[in-house]
Amino acid sequence: MGDTQQTHIKNMTMNFGPQHPAAHGVLRLVLEMDGEIVERADPHVGLLHRGTEKLIEYKSYLQAVPYFDRLDYVAPMNQEHAYALAVEKLLRLDVPKRAQYIRVLYAEIGRILNHLLNITTFAIDVGAMTPLLWGFEQRELLMEFYERVSGARLHAAYFRPGGVHQDLPAGLTEDIRAWIEQFPAFIDDLEGLLTGNRIFKQRTVDIGIASPEEAQDWGFSGPMLRGSGIAWDLRKSQPYDSYEDFDFDIPVGKTGDCYARYLVRVAEMRESLKIMSQVLDKLPEGPIKSDNKKVSPPKRSDMKRSMESLIHHFKLYTEGYHVPAGETYTAVEAPKGEFAVYLVSDGSNKPYKCKIRAPGFAFMAAMDFLSRGHMLADTVAIIGSMDIVFGEVDR
Amino acid sequence: MDQDKQSNALMELGEFIAAARPQDVSDVEVRHEELMLRATPSSLLRVLTFLRDDSNCQFKVLVDVTAVDWPQRDVRFDVVYNLLSVKHNQRIRVKVAVDEDTAVPSAVSVFNSASWFERETWDMYGVFFSDHPDLRRILTDYGFDGHPLRKDFPLTGYVEVRYDELEKRVVYEPVSLVQDFRYFEFMSPWEGMTSVQLPGDEKAADNTATEKA
Repeated sequence: MGDTQQTHIKNMTMNFGPQHPAAHGVLRLVLEMDGEIVERADPHVGLLHRGTEKLIEYKSYLQAVPYFDRLDYVAPMNQEHAYALAVEKLLRLDVPKRAQYIRVLYAEIGRILNHLLNITTFAIDVGAMTPLLWGFEQRELLMEFYERVSGARLHAAYFRPGGVHQDLPAGLTEDIRAWIEQFPAFIDDLEGLLTGNRIFKQRTVDIGIASPEEAQDWGFSGPMLRGSGIAWDLRKSQPYDSYEDFDFDIPVGKTGDCYARYLVRVAEMRESLKIMSQVLDKLPEGPIKSDNKKVSPPKRSDMKRSMESLIHHFKLYTEGYHVPAGETYTAVEAPKGEFAVYLVSDGSNKPYKCKIRAPGFAFMAAMDFLSRGHMLADTVAIIGSMDIVFGEVDR
Repeated sequence: MDQDKQSNALMELGEFIAAARPQDVSDVEVRHEELMLRATPSSLLRVLTFLRDDSNCQFKVLVDVTAVDWPQRDVRFDVVYNLLSVKHNQRIRVKVAVDEDTAVPSAVSVFNSASWFERETWDMYGVFFSDHPDLRRILTDYGFDGHPLRKDFPLTGYVEVRYDELEKRVVYEPVSLVQDFRYFEFMSPWEGMTSVQLPGDEKAADNTATEKA
């Protein structure tokens, strides 16, 4: 006693993941801890790298579409959307109005699919079990709409350069409308569980703050950027596929913390509902894909009678179409943020280069910046609020 | 109409940048309503800083960095920077041509988001970024050899992994293909084709010969 003992405390290095339920997939996070405080976070990504960009260089333009479903598998059609727009831009191809509206409808379904998964898994990360059980019931209903239009719940391959693959089956619009009717009550229930919840707020308010300048500097987009107070949404600022026809608002957060991002996502679901019901009100009749015979395949019934259609079908599904040489960076507002395709064509039937710009990749890069100085448990909340899906981060 | 207006605005911006930085910037062009310009490795950081800070540009978000491999060119790679201005709602693309041995100065000092994008470009293409604080591989396996997105890297790669039941660990082996790698070319003369001349194509232009016969 009386002797002051100097104890030297060494930082502890800790492995978080790659198999951890709160890592949202295969994230290996190497954390340097000073007690319970994170000194440095070093995310190791790439454990789900499948070489998508390399594979696309060896496929024709149409064959590349399904790879996009497998990037962010939570909202598959939004990824296809960016690719379809990029190819159409290089082809200078016009898409019929009905196809554009159907794409908008399904892009918004994808947004709700994504936000439902993100909000509810975020809630389970910070300790709330029930939202997940409720939310997945609604997700299942939405995936049914995916299935009815494309035949697949997840890997739809539905948005194709030139339009969409098939027209909506009979009765689908009524069912989507009925779903829209009941969904606001669900959002109210969800908010009842989380928005005012004391525990949820203790875990998320003032955690992982990014100021507007920092958010731009780190290349944030989507709810991560809007949560920091920047009103930026590509659907408004650079409208694609008739988004300018619809009336909707851009929710913006004030505080830039995990809680603000949650609030933005909830509000975005309500806006998506507004867009969806407007699409259903205004949905025009007409073709669902471009009438350019050198790009969109002929109808099966035409192939029975017309030799030319048969030849077109054969050529489109073997050689595919050729895209004029050029390059484009085409972005869409995917649910997670700016999802873009940087497509370089050399005039052949295969993309020369297809770089996929995933929003989650930039978020993950900011992990160290966001979690530094926070407690270990807060990193879980930060990962949850970033909305990470490793399919798109690792590609 | 709308597109023309947009292209004109972009062209004006491009001309403004070229006038403000005549030594650093070249080949300003607008294609597909997208503005792009070229810089050199030595001028890159000056250009990026100018684009970020100038009040007419305000490209504060670096959304993407990647490279394109053109193996037949002397200077093999184009490193491509895509920037976004939230303030003016505009995008710009900056390209830097560089060969395998030359380093590009890292843009981390200008944009924090460059850090991981440059790591990815290094990993995938082997373009070296000087003064990068932490230039490690990012997407490929620990101890991976080669740069997979280069055009001379085979699609199947060089090694494959499997779990060895006897050794009780994952082992790396050279790739052995059960069947030959199939790469379908499907090049043929039909209307969808652009700019590829195949044997016999010259006859199509020569209509008079067939008429006489």
